Amino acid sequence: MKYWNEKYECMSRDEMTSVQSERLIKTVNRIYNNVPHYREKMQKIGLEPGDIKSIEDLPKLPFTNKQDLRDTYPYGLFAEPLSNVVRLHASSGTTGKQIVVGYTHKDLDSWADAMARTLVSVGTNKDSFVHNAYGYGLFTGALGVHYGAEKIGATVIPISGGNTKRQIQTMKDFGSTILACTPSYALFLIEVMEEMGIKKEELQLKAGVFGAEPWSLNMRSEIEEKLGILAIDIYGLSEIIGPGVSSECSCKSGLHVFEDHFVPEIINPETLEVLPPGSKGEIVFSTITKEAFPVLRYRTRDISSLNYETCACGRTLVRMNRVTGRSDDMLIIRGVNVFPSQIESVLLNFGEVAPHYQLIVDRIGNLDTLEVWVEMTPVLFSDEVKKLEDIERRIREEIDFILGISAKIKLVEPKTIERSEGKAKRVIDKRNL
Amino acid sequence: MLVKQLSVFLENKLGRLAEVTKILGEKDIDISALSIADTTDFGILRLIVNKPEEAEQILRENGIAVSCTNVIAIAVADKPGALAKVLQILDNVSIGIEYLYAFVGKNKDEALVIIKVEVPEKAVETLEKSGIRVLSSNEVYKL
Repeated sequence: MKYWNEKYECMSRDEMTSVQSERLIKTVNRIYNNVPHYREKMQKIGLEPGDIKSIEDLPKLPFTNKQDLRDTYPYGLFAEPLSNVVRLHASSGTTGKQIVVGYTHKDLDSWADAMARTLVSVGTNKDSFVHNAYGYGLFTGALGVHYGAEKIGATVIPISGGNTKRQIQTMKDFGSTILACTPSYALFLIEVMEEMGIKKEELQLKAGVFGAEPWSLNMRSEIEEKLGILAIDIYGLSEIIGPGVSSECSCKSGLHVFEDHFVPEIINPETLEVLPPGSKGEIVFSTITKEAFPVLRYRTRDISSLNYETCACGRTLVRMNRVTGRSDDMLIIRGVNVFPSQIESVLLNFGEVAPHYQLIVDRIGNLDTLEVWVEMTPVLFSDEVKKLEDIERRIREEIDFILGISAKIKLVEPKTIERSEGKAKRVIDKRNL
Repeated sequence: MLVKQLSVFLENKLGRLAEVTKILGEKDIDISALSIADTTDFGILRLIVNKPEEAEQILRENGIAVSCTNVIAIAVADKPGALAKVLQILDNVSIGIEYLYAFVGKNKDEALVIIKVEVPEKAVETLEKSGIRVLSSNEVYKL
């Protein structure tokens, strides 16, 4: 099986444009009628559903930001009655408040279809054993892969994250052929395999789909070589659907966007104008098939570019280039989205103004590390070691509570953190991604 | 009766202690006692100086994290068991000791000890009642 859904994956640009136009018009009408927040935004700029006549009119629509999701938390942007919503997922927000998204039966089906396309592009079929080591839960990663694999008829091994030795034993005993996890976890699996003395030849792995965090081409070669597999990059975000927004194929030359569901645009993040194909900018998505949680022109803050040429694999779907950065200050640490402002909000609990701080992100071995440097202030300082150690512990626990990741807290002397034009540099990312 | 101690935050890195003592030396601040409590990443330098308010000001102006704490200075006979006796007195009234350290110099045949407790006034009263010599701040700053 070369494609899961050949009709949409290989249709001509004209056909795609007409599919997108028809679906966008429907979506805009539904949103306008069902979601007051969007209706008000459109009315504010004097836009009516009738003004959207084809996909060409997409740039007329207002953008959706993460702030819109926060302002309407939890269900304000849902376009279906909650009785029709069959699943919720969530991801962490910028100030501790999470973002919640919902799915109808049809949405779950479209998602499974997109993930089936992703998995088929690395050769998954009915005989495959999909070792799903994404964490099951509110995070979209695991269930996205799960339903996509089941739709194909593959055998899913829903092992979730953690307990690495057992994972490897299971891969060996159950004959896992397709690995799904974050790229850094794949590297960790490799390390533990080496410790256990298990060779790649003892496993049946053929390919892997890796996403949820940025990874370098060097990491890809290492994973491919040490596991003896084809490793592809997959992309997605909960606000759009989860994984399955776009995916590489075996050609590994850009990620095919499933644009019959999710229409991409590249904009200049400063001027907000739409940029021509090939230009680098922020990628924005509009969903045109989603029922429960449709979004129009959602600003991902991810930097990419679009390529409309037909791929060597035969797919005509537009390809987005690997994400090369962010137009905001978000970091992805061990697959978790981290905004410096979240750390700042934690530190605000330790004085009237947050002390100066700096995040040092590094990758030691294959594991991301986060060190938070906090400048000593008169309020924080004490002549007793145990009180200072207590402050370190409280900051660490609070960050763990809000972000779900462990950080090392380091108290540093005043004015240690470099300032440029009076503003402290918040993040030093030493990872070579 | 309480003595002002300066506490200085220092990162565990080369030359920090030298720098702090140099700043004080240049301004003619005399250090009569000091101790360092350290962890892997940082240390707290505790100082008894002749002019604590001035020294605190100078350090602060130099961007150093400094605070001022009330401690007790006592004179203990320079013989075995003398310190134990003092500690027993405080223990009898359930006063816990946060930390203590001895002076750099020595006063005749007495050892001078700095003690930090949660309730310094009560500790002074108890010690004096038991015949322990507690040094006045003026006495200490002149050392």
